[in-house]
Amino acid sequence: MKIVVCIKQVPDTKGGVKFNPDGTLDRAAMLTIMNPDDKAGLEAALRIKDQYDDVDVTVLTMGLPKAEEVLREAMAMGADHGILVTDRVLGGADTWATSTTIAGAIRNLEYDLIITGRQAIDGDTAQVGPQISEHLGIPVISYAEDIKIEGDSVIVKRQYEDRYHMVKAKMPCLITALSELNEPRYMTPGGIFDAYDAEITVWGRDNLKDVDDSNLGLKGSPTKIAKASDKVRKGAGEKVTLESDEAANYIMSKLLEKHIV
Amino acid sequence: MTKMNLEEYKGVFVYAQQVDNEISSIAFELLGKATELAGKLDTQVTAVLIGSDVKGLTDQLAEYGADRVIVVDDPELKDYRTEPYTHALASVINEYKPEIMLVGATAIGRDLGPRVSARVATGLTADCTVLEIGDFPINPIPGKEQKHNQLLMTRPAFGGNTIATIACPDNRPQMATVRAGVMQKIEPKKGAKAEVIEYNPGFTPNDKYVEILEIVKEVTDVVDIMDAKILVSGGRGVGSAENFKLLEDLAEAIGGTVSCSRAVVDNGWKPKELQVGQTGKTVRPQVYFAIGISGAIQHTAGMEESDIIIAINKDDTAPIFDVADYGIVGDLNKIVPLLTEQIKAAAKK
Repeated sequence: MKIVVCIKQVPDTKGGVKFNPDGTLDRAAMLTIMNPDDKAGLEAALRIKDQYDDVDVTVLTMGLPKAEEVLREAMAMGADHGILVTDRVLGGADTWATSTTIAGAIRNLEYDLIITGRQAIDGDTAQVGPQISEHLGIPVISYAEDIKIEGDSVIVKRQYEDRYHMVKAKMPCLITALSELNEPRYMTPGGIFDAYDAEITVWGRDNLKDVDDSNLGLKGSPTKIAKASDKVRKGAGEKVTLESDEAANYIMSKLLEKHIV
Repeated sequence: MTKMNLEEYKGVFVYAQQVDNEISSIAFELLGKATELAGKLDTQVTAVLIGSDVKGLTDQLAEYGADRVIVVDDPELKDYRTEPYTHALASVINEYKPEIMLVGATAIGRDLGPRVSARVATGLTADCTVLEIGDFPINPIPGKEQKHNQLLMTRPAFGGNTIATIACPDNRPQMATVRAGVMQKIEPKKGAKAEVIEYNPGFTPNDKYVEILEIVKEVTDVVDIMDAKILVSGGRGVGSAENFKLLEDLAEAIGGTVSCSRAVVDNGWKPKELQVGQTGKTVRPQVYFAIGISGAIQHTAGMEESDIIIAINKDDTAPIFDVADYGIVGDLNKIVPLLTEQIKAAAKK
């Protein structure tokens, strides 16, 4: 069985955010981690590998050359192969152009199952997984909280706001993973050692199969950034430091003034 | 991307999500926004209703602002599954050509939206908080065409650290998903009727039609904090599950509902349904008490639209004070019970 896990190197949002002059993210200037939902997806794949014979796990990422780091981390956790899709012409892609690119890369591979994270913590869109599945013409099951293999099918616990569905899909299919799916394993020391030397496959534009140039990168992105900025918050109101009884009086007076009480 | 004839695309469409043949609140919220946008564009609001045996729901959509309802009714659409719903909505888009298509950023809409956008080959902006009609580029750029009457879609990114405004100038429809609780419903127009069009593109199951083995509803008796007019919200500073009693007493006295921050859920003091913030719910009550909540941006992203924010925190550098209308530096354990007593006393008068 062959599993492809799509992972993304994302800025650690705690580290602050920097922009290029064109309004896109300056990814090179920020600290990075493996996106948490993707890591849960990788862990799910590795658990299937632990459970069955002949499971082969390929991790694939699209990004700057530096995104190789996240592939090595995945391989140190137990993934078998790493593929980096990187090319200048792919830069500035929105979810449409990103999913087109990744689908073009996956068309070169044999796969039974594709796992992506539900969403990445930088964009928070949750779009790329379902869009890859659409480009490849396979079913998608989003928001997976549990994944089981049964013969040539997968059985997935699909989460909604107030319920879950147990859903069965014939492979090949794509699943988007929630962080709640599992607790990802740590890299092993041996794994780190091996991953350091492991060969990473690097693909560029020419390796993408059945993809038109007009669907790639900033130019191939139907959505355009009109403006981007640090969040402007509404200004602070009054701040007082008072003894407890005076503080209660103060709040009460405001509640009365605004006719809430 | 293929060049589209943009002039062919007209009208503001809303995906009228239903679950168990009951319209979701988000559908009415989107209709409210769609009514405003359609007014500016001098066009119609169309609701797209997809399901099995859902024809009876069209009047409700009319009351909340739909001029027209396109109903796709088929037994294959009984419960939400990505493929038949995608086929339904994408077929409606290809047939009726909307210029704007709004979808709720729900667990359904965040699956359906991207799949549909990929099928009809257009852009999709996720989790929008502001939708406006305007120019793109916003300011004229010499040598570049400035397009008018574009949908400008504003959304938070980076865990709420930034906001971006997105346009989709060369493709139609301009698609957006919108978070629940952000847009306002209109006052329902009793007895309003919409033009109803029944449309069925035909459903032939294939390998993309997944099989639903079981549906398990997770019933909670927890109230929906998104409907509350007053929220008494507690954070890590409350100290323990037991100490939430102080907040519950205040909520009862003032006629409010208790909610909480993520730290409280992580500590197991309160269920996830009560969580406000980026990974919880977006709320905009008339009054929001932030008690023992430091106010990380992930939290404030979910409550800063509240009309009045009252914060109590012992740390006078807590960022919650940057968004609070009234900030009180002090001990919540003393202030909250005193306030509860005062409110009770006032109620007796």
